[in-house]
Amino acid sequence: MNTTENISVQKIWSILEEVCDPEVPVLSVIDLGIIRDVKITRKDGEEEVEVVVTPTYSGCPAMDVIRMNIRMVLLQHDYKNVQITTVLSPAWTTDWMTESGKQKLKAYGIAPPNPKQQVCNTQLFAEDEAVQCPHCNSYNTRRISEFGSTACKALFQCNDCQEPFDYFKCY
Amino acid sequence: MTNEITYNYTLHLADNALILAQRNSEWCGHGPVLEQDIAITNISLDLIGQARSLYQYAAELINGSGSPASEGKQAASEDTLAYLRDSREYKNCLLAEQPNGDWAQTILRQFFFSTYQFLLYQRLQQSPDATLAAIAEKSLKEVTYHVRWSSEWVIRLGDGTEESHDRLLNALDELWMFTGELFMPAGYELEAAKAGIGVDVSTLKTEWEQRVNEIFAEATIPTSGREGGWMQSGGKEGVHTEQLGFILAELQSMQRAYPGSEW
Repeated sequence: MNTTENISVQKIWSILEEVCDPEVPVLSVIDLGIIRDVKITRKDGEEEVEVVVTPTYSGCPAMDVIRMNIRMVLLQHDYKNVQITTVLSPAWTTDWMTESGKQKLKAYGIAPPNPKQQVCNTQLFAEDEAVQCPHCNSYNTRRISEFGSTACKALFQCNDCQEPFDYFKCY
Repeated sequence: MTNEITYNYTLHLADNALILAQRNSEWCGHGPVLEQDIAITNISLDLIGQARSLYQYAAELINGSGSPASEGKQAASEDTLAYLRDSREYKNCLLAEQPNGDWAQTILRQFFFSTYQFLLYQRLQQSPDATLAAIAEKSLKEVTYHVRWSSEWVIRLGDGTEESHDRLLNALDELWMFTGELFMPAGYELEAAKAGIGVDVSTLKTEWEQRVNEIFAEATIPTSGREGGWMQSGGKEGVHTEQLGFILAELQSMQRAYPGSEW
């Protein structure tokens, strides 16, 4: 890859920072870690941009909106030929979420995901890994439900400040 | 030929996910408590997502095959496969189409099915068919949560009150005869297994029973006395219980009335 293309690819990565998750608007697609690759190819003098995306949850309805928004934002920056490719493997994991993404989530009132090895198993009634309350920072919290308002979240409550909160569960 | 085997096998996996999702989604707005209403609806959504990936792949296979089935017809898509096939063409297991009944019956159906799907996807991840392997790898993460959730509920109901215990036993009477089919491979499953693409489901049975019995023991549900009973089958080959027709009537009504409609 020559330097000019390198710069163009870099530019597209930075444009993608503007595309947010419609359900969790503080997170960009970059924060989520769902953009796997950006490629630029030239066909007959025309520039084609390929953005490789991996879905979060199989059934997450936000994915369709995200794909559309990626196209829109690139169009606004004058990229007319945009190809969005979906790849499933390797499967997305919350471990790919950026550190700044996790901090933004917390500031927004959603507890960020813990590292995945802590809960991704079938062990029953497992003592929940300590999920920190995003409001008062206490670790004295309990799970109310494994499934929350969207596919990616579980419902928790803080035993200290009593506030219920969403936890972006590990995946 | 391999293409057709993979097509049928993929459709079977997709139909299982879609029909169970459709059943679970009937709970939306009717769950016993809000949190569990949301949980079962979330599980529906995961299954619909898995079904979509599988139907998309099946459509790709049939469109690219140039087989008689693909000639002279509109190109297949995830929508035509879900909305325009009749019940005899559906290949889901009978277990998936059984009615919701009460909460205990829904839970037990989910528990049986998720435990099966968990073992199946674990193996399917190793398939040399890269698409099936990728879908299995992704779905397994979601199914892991379903196994946990449904197992905990089986224990909670079985080891709960006298009434919840009785309801779970009733559910077991209703559903047990549909569990055998999960491990009786249909023709295309055998061929897919032989070709190395699919999983020989008969090899999953022992581990499935072991996992089910572990949970039953904790749920104070008898773990023996069901051996050798009659097992109903046919769904995988398109011979369904009367339930599927009603499900499809609801699922497909829009596309049947207004073909190709979008919103």
